[in-house]
Amino acid sequence: MVDANTRQKLFGTPETNFLNCSKGWKSWAFTLDHKRIGIMYLIGVTVALFLAGIFALVLRSHLFTFDSTMLSDDMYNQMFTLHGAVMVFSFIIPSIPAALGNIVLPMMLGAKDVAFPRMNLASFYLWIIGTGCLLGAILSGKGLDTGWTFYTPYSIDTNTGVIYATFGAFILGFSSIFTGLNFLVTVNTMRAKDQGWFKLPLFVWSLYATAIIQVLATPVLGITLLMLIAEKTLHIGIFDPKYGGDPVLFQHFFWFYSHPAVYIMILPAMGVISELISVYSQKRIFGYSFIAFSSVAIALLGFLVWGHHMFTSGQSLVVTLIFSAITFTVAIPSAVKVFNWLATLYKGSILLNTPMCYALSFIFLFGIGGLTGLFLGALSTDIHLHDTYFVVAHFHFVMVGGTLTALLGGVFHWWPKIWGRMYNDFLGRVGCFLVFSGFNLTFFPQFVMGSRGMPRRYASYDPEFQAFHQLSTVGAFVLGIGILLSFVVLVYAAFRGPRCSSNPFRAASLEWQSSSPPDFHNFIQTPVLTDPYDFESQVYDEELDTYIPREFANPDKVAPRKEPVHH
Amino acid sequence: MSEHNEDLPAFCHPVSTKLLFGVFFGLIGLTILTVATSALGTGLGMPPAFAFPLAMVIATIKAFLVCAFFMHMYWDKSFNVLAFLSSLLFVTLFIGMTMMDTGEYQPTIEAFDRNNLANVDVSE
Amino acid sequence: MAVADSHDTHDDHHDLYDHGEFIAHHFDSAEQQFDSGKLGIWLFLVTEILFFSGLFVAYTLYRTNHPEVFEQAHVFLNKYLGGLNTIVLLFSSLTMALGVRSAQLGRNKNCSVYILITMVCATMFLGVKAVEYSHKWDMGILVRSSFDLTYTHPTPTTEIGKSLHISDYLVYLCIVPALLFAGFVVASAISKLINKNMLAKFLMAMAITVSGYFLGVCIGIIFMSATDAETGSSHASVIAEQPLMLLASTQDDHSDGDHDEADHDKADHDKAAGDPSHDGEHSDNEEHFGAHPADGGEASFDDHHPDPSTLDRDIGIFFSIYYCMTGLHAIHIIGGIIALGWLYWRSLLGHWRTDYFGPVDYVGLYWHLVDLIWIYLFPLLYLID
Repeated sequence: MVDANTRQKLFGTPETNFLNCSKGWKSWAFTLDHKRIGIMYLIGVTVALFLAGIFALVLRSHLFTFDSTMLSDDMYNQMFTLHGAVMVFSFIIPSIPAALGNIVLPMMLGAKDVAFPRMNLASFYLWIIGTGCLLGAILSGKGLDTGWTFYTPYSIDTNTGVIYATFGAFILGFSSIFTGLNFLVTVNTMRAKDQGWFKLPLFVWSLYATAIIQVLATPVLGITLLMLIAEKTLHIGIFDPKYGGDPVLFQHFFWFYSHPAVYIMILPAMGVISELISVYSQKRIFGYSFIAFSSVAIALLGFLVWGHHMFTSGQSLVVTLIFSAITFTVAIPSAVKVFNWLATLYKGSILLNTPMCYALSFIFLFGIGGLTGLFLGALSTDIHLHDTYFVVAHFHFVMVGGTLTALLGGVFHWWPKIWGRMYNDFLGRVGCFLVFSGFNLTFFPQFVMGSRGMPRRYASYDPEFQAFHQLSTVGAFVLGIGILLSFVVLVYAAFRGPRCSSNPFRAASLEWQSSSPPDFHNFIQTPVLTDPYDFESQVYDEELDTYIPREFANPDKVAPRKEPVHH
Repeated sequence: MSEHNEDLPAFCHPVSTKLLFGVFFGLIGLTILTVATSALGTGLGMPPAFAFPLAMVIATIKAFLVCAFFMHMYWDKSFNVLAFLSSLLFVTLFIGMTMMDTGEYQPTIEAFDRNNLANVDVSE
Repeated sequence: MAVADSHDTHDDHHDLYDHGEFIAHHFDSAEQQFDSGKLGIWLFLVTEILFFSGLFVAYTLYRTNHPEVFEQAHVFLNKYLGGLNTIVLLFSSLTMALGVRSAQLGRNKNCSVYILITMVCATMFLGVKAVEYSHKWDMGILVRSSFDLTYTHPTPTTEIGKSLHISDYLVYLCIVPALLFAGFVVASAISKLINKNMLAKFLMAMAITVSGYFLGVCIGIIFMSATDAETGSSHASVIAEQPLMLLASTQDDHSDGDHDEADHDKADHDKAAGDPSHDGEHSDNEEHFGAHPADGGEASFDDHHPDPSTLDRDIGIFFSIYYCMTGLHAIHIIGGIIALGWLYWRSLLGHWRTDYFGPVDYVGLYWHLVDLIWIYLFPLLYLID
């Protein structure tokens, strides 16, 4: 037990915190603090999200009628390429690990920072340079029309800004490697005393699995893009059939990275959901070790399935069968997670606030996205569905319905910790409702269109598909308004929201033992190691109006729970 | 082999100069051997099919020596060794799966009419 | 761990090191810091291996599908130069390992000497590589799209090229090192004048490092000439004119005494023959062939000097892969030299102690990896039969 002053110091609202401990733009631009770098990343990926989101809305507007002339065909090609490239390389890949993970991961380990703070900052600046190069394709006036995959031989022959864009993606790859390497080392060497691997929050496990992929797969993207640049400038004849090269080899190279990259996008999202489901059910996560190992299993299996993107590219039958079979096995660890989340909800004391609404949306949308993946992994159906809107709908259910939803849920969950201020939960839930319904309105019709043969990446289409496209376009705008509303709610909360306590949600992982906002060193005193899913370890302290570990509490003035739960 | 005296911290393992020089001369010997077998091997009656595997075996022995002693892997934490070796596993996977496939469509690439792109025939 | 009164360090928190010399603020102990760095560098090496893996896949693919291209192409690589470079790199690995040992024992002066030797070996490697590259460019051995084998050696046009009888390309490849060398020497002298002795010493060491490049170029030229008769690079002497050519032949006789004399003759033979298909267009460039002692036999090609018209049209792909692999490797060498320069500076400052030698160890691991990759590149590219 500690005295009231110490309690106040540890868990009360601090005078100085990482946000106000130093001032001026230099204190941000050259900061080595993981929390500030995380916030800068969060701002960065938000800009990328809005930019690529605007591209998407332009595309959807164009597709409102079957004979639209809003965009020229060339412009349409450039628009969907940039939408894809910016979303994938600049938004989704860094979104959860580099923004949210950066802020939370060291605190979950009770550490003061990541292992290599300078490398962390370098990662952010590489992100800026890389995104700049990617967008340089537009600024150069040439645009980019290859699709985000840069498939040869078209990418060699086109006169658009492939070199800018590939160089940008190359740099972004290094940014991603830096983050991954940093996280692997941090988790290995900087855990709190006695914090064994099975006392880690599942978000840490998922970031660790993600980092394995980032370190093993991303370098291959680097060399692939360098070779593509060499092919385009010097014609080295490795990918270009005009010089005896093998264009399908590019697809092998590209997907050796880019399929595992899909798991870079979804694994951290799964980690966020594991945290949210457990905290807002106030119930120990069901099947901890299964969820933990399923993350690693997904990461490793992710390396064995890249060929399922190439079923129609002339791949040999043996390889096709192997890739198809292994693709099905990925469903097992994914399903393990979903069932464990559902089992955690069962008989939990569920709090339906904004993060939880997002978490539940995630389970629903990811379920659809994952199951439709099996249709595409099956050889016979894939031949029919390949390159149709069915594929587009499938991966948007995983990337947007999965990752974006989890990102928003995670941001709402940790927002009070980051800023020490609470958001408006009603408006947050309205935003979540708009995102969920807008998303389904956008992409569900695309499953139907795709199965009826609407090919992807076409600027015009048969009139029979117009009704589906119109639903989809309306949905896209609803989705956009939902994201915008969430953004407004969050920004308002960060600056004008009511002050909140150190642990308003009765979460048990270590980051909630810091004050809100946290100190520059994260913890004023070494945190007490608690089981991240033992919520009984946190008791309500009336004086501070917050949950604190039992070890710190005044036994006369605590209650197990505050009634009714306030948030 | 690593001389460890009490004054040094636990993580400091200097390798003896004798061992380092020994490894170096071993590496030089193997380099001369591999050049010699390449230049003279078939002349001395070695089947040509052996040349490439032999060169790779010698290279691997050299790599092993460098890793184990110059890179201190012999004394390193097993996790670090595992991490390093796992990269070789993934390279094998990458090469293996790609090689299993690419033979299939080589005829298509061979048949590709490079001078007349209008007549590209991709049907088999 | 941080304590409640650590707030006063906030203003200067950009400095990583606010407790204990060379232990960053977020680590608890020297050992934790060392272990983190060590795991970090191992993971970095993992990314490096996967980075190179793409090129190894391309290599395996083309060697499997087009073995004839590799058979035809390997004769243009001089395995003795490759072997020489292998030995230079292995030696640099040895001195690096000795440097790590010195740092571990806190012997900063020894460490700085070993690092300097390592850097000189690194630039020597690049010098030899420059000879190889310029020689191939002379013969028109380039990447796939610009591959145009001629066996000719354009007469040097630059003043330096003319006076030293070396290829223009080699002259171009020496410009940046020459400027660096001059720059370091001048900067070192100025530092000495203003009494910055440590800086002067550092800059002088950098000048010595760069001079290793020119040593490499000289050794490369001599070695290439000496092994002329043995390999397909015979025409290949970078030296286009008589005097050095004669030197080359003399050396040939001494060093390759035990080689088949007929081979040697044949090589000379071909020098005289040149490539008939290019006779008209390149008459200027082929002057030196005439100047060379030749017995005037009819044009003939052998295993080492195949007729360009019989070569596979995709032979250039081999050289695309060769340039990608060795070029990427050379970039890693340059990166290594920069890192080693940083270590040299810190050795001068006497930073290494028995409980703080991490940076030397980490750069050492990187340097050994660069060596490791070359250990594989050498047989894969140079020793094909």
